[in-house]
Amino acid sequence: MSIDMAQFHQVFFEESFEGLDIMETGLLNLDMGDVDAEDINTIFRAAHSIKGGSGTFGFTAVSDFTHVMETLLDEMRDGRRQVTQPAVDVLLGSVDCLKEMLTAIQGEQEVDVARVAEYKKALEVELNGGESEQAVTDEPSEPSTIESNTDNVTNGKNIWRIAFSPHTNLLKTGNDPVRMFRELGLLGELTTTVDFQGVPDFYDLDPEECHLSWELELISDVPESDINDIFDWVEDECDLAIQRINTNVETDTPAFTEEQVKEETPLSSPKEVKTESSKKDIAPAEKPIKKVAAKSAAKTSSSIRVDTAKIDTLINMVGELVITQSMLSLVGEQFEMNKLDQLKNGLSQLDRHTRELQESVMNIRMLPISFVFSRFPRLVHDLSSKLDKKIELVMVGEHTEVDKTVVELLSDPLVHLVRNSLDHGIEMPADRVAAGKPETGTITLEAYHRGGNIVIEVKDDGKGLNKDVLRTKAIEKGLIDEDANLSDKQTYELIFMAGFSTAEKLTDVSGRGVGMDVVRRNIQSLGGNIEIISELGKGSTIAIHLPLTLAIMDGQSIAVGDERFIIPLGSIIESINIKESMINRVAGRGETFRLRDEYLPIIRMHEIFDVKTAQATKLTEGLVVVVDGQGMRCGLFIDDLLGQQQVVIKSLEANYRKVEGVSGATILGDGSVALILDIPGLVRLSNQ
Amino acid sequence: MASILAVDDSASMRQMVSFTLKGAGYTVVEAVDGVDALNKAKTQKFDCVVTDVNMPNKDGITLIRDLRGLPNYKFIPMLMLTTESGMDKKQAGKAAGATGWIVKPFNPDQLLKTIKKVLG
Repeated sequence: MSIDMAQFHQVFFEESFEGLDIMETGLLNLDMGDVDAEDINTIFRAAHSIKGGSGTFGFTAVSDFTHVMETLLDEMRDGRRQVTQPAVDVLLGSVDCLKEMLTAIQGEQEVDVARVAEYKKALEVELNGGESEQAVTDEPSEPSTIESNTDNVTNGKNIWRIAFSPHTNLLKTGNDPVRMFRELGLLGELTTTVDFQGVPDFYDLDPEECHLSWELELISDVPESDINDIFDWVEDECDLAIQRINTNVETDTPAFTEEQVKEETPLSSPKEVKTESSKKDIAPAEKPIKKVAAKSAAKTSSSIRVDTAKIDTLINMVGELVITQSMLSLVGEQFEMNKLDQLKNGLSQLDRHTRELQESVMNIRMLPISFVFSRFPRLVHDLSSKLDKKIELVMVGEHTEVDKTVVELLSDPLVHLVRNSLDHGIEMPADRVAAGKPETGTITLEAYHRGGNIVIEVKDDGKGLNKDVLRTKAIEKGLIDEDANLSDKQTYELIFMAGFSTAEKLTDVSGRGVGMDVVRRNIQSLGGNIEIISELGKGSTIAIHLPLTLAIMDGQSIAVGDERFIIPLGSIIESINIKESMINRVAGRGETFRLRDEYLPIIRMHEIFDVKTAQATKLTEGLVVVVDGQGMRCGLFIDDLLGQQQVVIKSLEANYRKVEGVSGATILGDGSVALILDIPGLVRLSNQ
Repeated sequence: MASILAVDDSASMRQMVSFTLKGAGYTVVEAVDGVDALNKAKTQKFDCVVTDVNMPNKDGITLIRDLRGLPNYKFIPMLMLTTESGMDKKQAGKAAGATGWIVKPFNPDQLLKTIKKVLG
């Protein structure tokens, strides 16, 4: 039976990456002074699982590598080896190396052999630094193949006499002499003679014990090892003697050494050897086929791990829905006016269940933010030792859940922010002490929900942002005028401007060419924003506000002629009727209106989207919706406001192409399509 | 057809074992660790148990020892999946009542051959 092992690869990769994360966290949490055996055991187990799986699924490079790690961990676990920081660092490096190997294999790319060898070497050096040198060398080579080759050379039939007397407890391990005899029978002609002598008196007989012994005679051409194999499991539960009593072949050397085999193979049995080698020829030919299958699997699947409780809720909800549906169809079968109440009831139930179902389906896409946070202990560990700073990382609210897409896209900006805090925020230990602060700096990563948003804060107790330095720098770079009057907030926001970097020189920790402007753009592309709070000498906090999900949002539907548009509810400030007196027309620059003390540009929706059926073309006739797009406010001139609703965002890009001013589309209750407005894009569009 | 309890904390190995055995017509129930397996073994009688050794919550050897204590599992075959390096594990397993072992890495054919051997 042939089984396509490639179907298990995806699961194997997932659990291996998970295992590597467990190893990494475990290694980082090891307290050198007081190592908990259970912690080491957890790390060991993860390595062990990866080794077992990779061996089974044919990734021998991975299993060989993990074997060395496992040996090292095993010695630590047994207390044969001290857990030292260098050893932990080597293990951490190996975790990285394994990650790379697995990623490469998953992506069907070449494994960087040199790099792997380098790490393996480091592991072996660490291993041999201790007392056990042979641990590495007794790598599982394949002695068994050589053995069987040797035995295959033996030709002709032998008579084997086997004395088999099981110990009384043999049956209690689930072994059965009859099964073994059946197997022996398959090897050749078998004669069994049973010896009852050991059987006690009936009254003393324990039926769960075995008191029989056997004398077996096997006439067969199989090598001794095949017979031994059958008794392999019961070696310690029986007395066994296997003896060859008659041979009728030329070669009767009981055991061959390897050299002898090499010499004799061509002489004694070329046929046997040939089958062996031809088998080997076939094996590599099968490989490419497997690879193709694995390739398609790796590329297409993007999977998600879901808490079973969530699935249970979902199933429950579907159950409710089915009940409601059957109730409704019952009502509908023979409908009379007096059943109207029942119908209304059913419909409202249907409404509720659909909503709940929607919520729980959305919930499936929600992942705890710890998926992103988990990489930071390592990052902080590595960087702080590189920078010679003492830094403690505190994580709060790791279980806060966010949409999967947000989790994936949040990772890079957060890394950048944490790096910045480490590099520029936290001072050197000596400076901290001089400033009267504890020697160890603290970086806090915190996530929490607020309203429909999730807030992620990166907080440090470092030196904070120096407004004067920021200002001077910005003037130097020509980003602001010398006499510009900036509020605190605006000053801090300078760091988000392209081309702004306060670091004296680029270090390899932060400032690799991507600046805070990229971070802000990334966050904004997720529909979020970013703000800075800082106090000189006390530290800075950078807070990222993000929508909980990118797939559903609260929208306000508006009418412009026959067309329906959706404005994200969060970006609406107010809606007003404007009077002629408020309007200001600037030649060549369009129209503005005065709202309290501010002049805001007006965007005529019917013109931008070329809606011929628009009812209001005079500004005083329609409505103006004041919206905020990334700090830029403007008024959208529309016919009417319709209603607020949750809309499911469908990508326009995926189905058509990117359209400036439109972030996506949705399908309304009546089946028609409405475009979702991208307010910042719209503002840009109107400025052109 | 015989029913088999397949125990492994690694989902890929578990699925591979389960898929292979189901393909050969056996009824297979999966368990994620020793505790899960023991609970499942108490609610249903299996004809054979195949278990990983290194698992959280309850390892394979303790599981085998516990199962042997149950009247239904006194004599049924129990196999451990173990790595080559774990010779000491084999002995510990035997002492706990394991019937035998399958050495990792193994392929589906080897697994089936061994299962057929113990289930006849």
